[in-house]
Amino acid sequence: MLRSGVIAKKVGMTRLFMEDGKQIPVTVLQLDKLQVVAQRTAEKDGYTAVQLGAGTAKVKRTSQAMRGHFAAAKVEPKRKVAEFRVDADAMINVGEEITADHYFEGQFVDVAGTSIGKGFAGAMKRHNFGGLRASHGVSISHRSHGSTGQCQDPGKVFKGKKMAGHMGAARVTTQNLVVVRTDTDRGLIMVKGAVPGSKGGWVTVKDAVKKPFPDNAVLPAALKSAAQAAPAEAEQKEGDA
Amino acid sequence: MDLIAQIEAEQVAALGKDIPDFRAGDTIRVGFKVTEGTRTRVQNYEGVCISRKNGHGIAGSFTVRKISFGEGVERVFPLHSTNIDSITVVRRGRVRRAKLYYLRARRGKSARIAENSHYKPKADASA
Repeated sequence: MLRSGVIAKKVGMTRLFMEDGKQIPVTVLQLDKLQVVAQRTAEKDGYTAVQLGAGTAKVKRTSQAMRGHFAAAKVEPKRKVAEFRVDADAMINVGEEITADHYFEGQFVDVAGTSIGKGFAGAMKRHNFGGLRASHGVSISHRSHGSTGQCQDPGKVFKGKKMAGHMGAARVTTQNLVVVRTDTDRGLIMVKGAVPGSKGGWVTVKDAVKKPFPDNAVLPAALKSAAQAAPAEAEQKEGDA
Repeated sequence: MDLIAQIEAEQVAALGKDIPDFRAGDTIRVGFKVTEGTRTRVQNYEGVCISRKNGHGIAGSFTVRKISFGEGVERVFPLHSTNIDSITVVRRGRVRRAKLYYLRARRGKSARIAENSHYKPKADASA
């Protein structure tokens, strides 16, 4: 079952002390006005997906085209927009807001984001090369990569040779992180361990692809409208009784 | 207050630890919960606090040094650890440094710390 993921903002890291004395390092992710902006359907687009938007963008800094797009969905302009492939029966209506209890405690998730840029980095930092020796005649090239190939035959450096170059600022996915805690009121998801990117950066959270789909996952998604409807229903039932 | 600080403050409040006011140089006794098989007991560890790190927040920790059977032993405890049963101050020491790492190189007489007989609890201290 393929259901929607969420767009979240990385708030930062902290630790949680558990009752059994263990402490768990967690990354705090926040859902900020996460709404469905558009749907992709098999008839119209050839695949099924939902487009989500998160955060708040200033209207004057939103392009005319995007303003029209958000207006059609009757949502406020969003800072970050991303698409998530879903099964046709896990489709969510446009305008619905997704809440943090979309994931339950103990669930495995994959988190993708843009890693922190390191600029032009040497082979030691970029590929964990060992560098050259500190003494024994090595001059000025202690952190160099060393040899890059053979001799006249093949007479070239093979493609894909690990060398110095631009590092970071690339899309990175961290797989199988455990959801430790969720907070619906503040829209917080706490996952164990580190998540790519800097504080304040946007990440996408999805159900882990390398774990079986959990039975108790909320389908199609944990929605604010459903959460509001549930207590109302309970009240009605109490009224009937 | 940013969100992380808020979450940490909430957790400190939720843990509700009674942490006395102590600093480097003080001799303290730490009641540490030890689980042996199924039952849990409290083991006391007494020694000189030689460093406090990362303040009073959730990340705070302190190092306790003692001489055990002629061998120097140091243990680092997280301040808010759920494994810590109690912290009691046995003796207030008078020192002029925040980190007493110099004690590692000393033995016997020179490793003594004078008692601070003029200790005054801070007015705003909670404990």
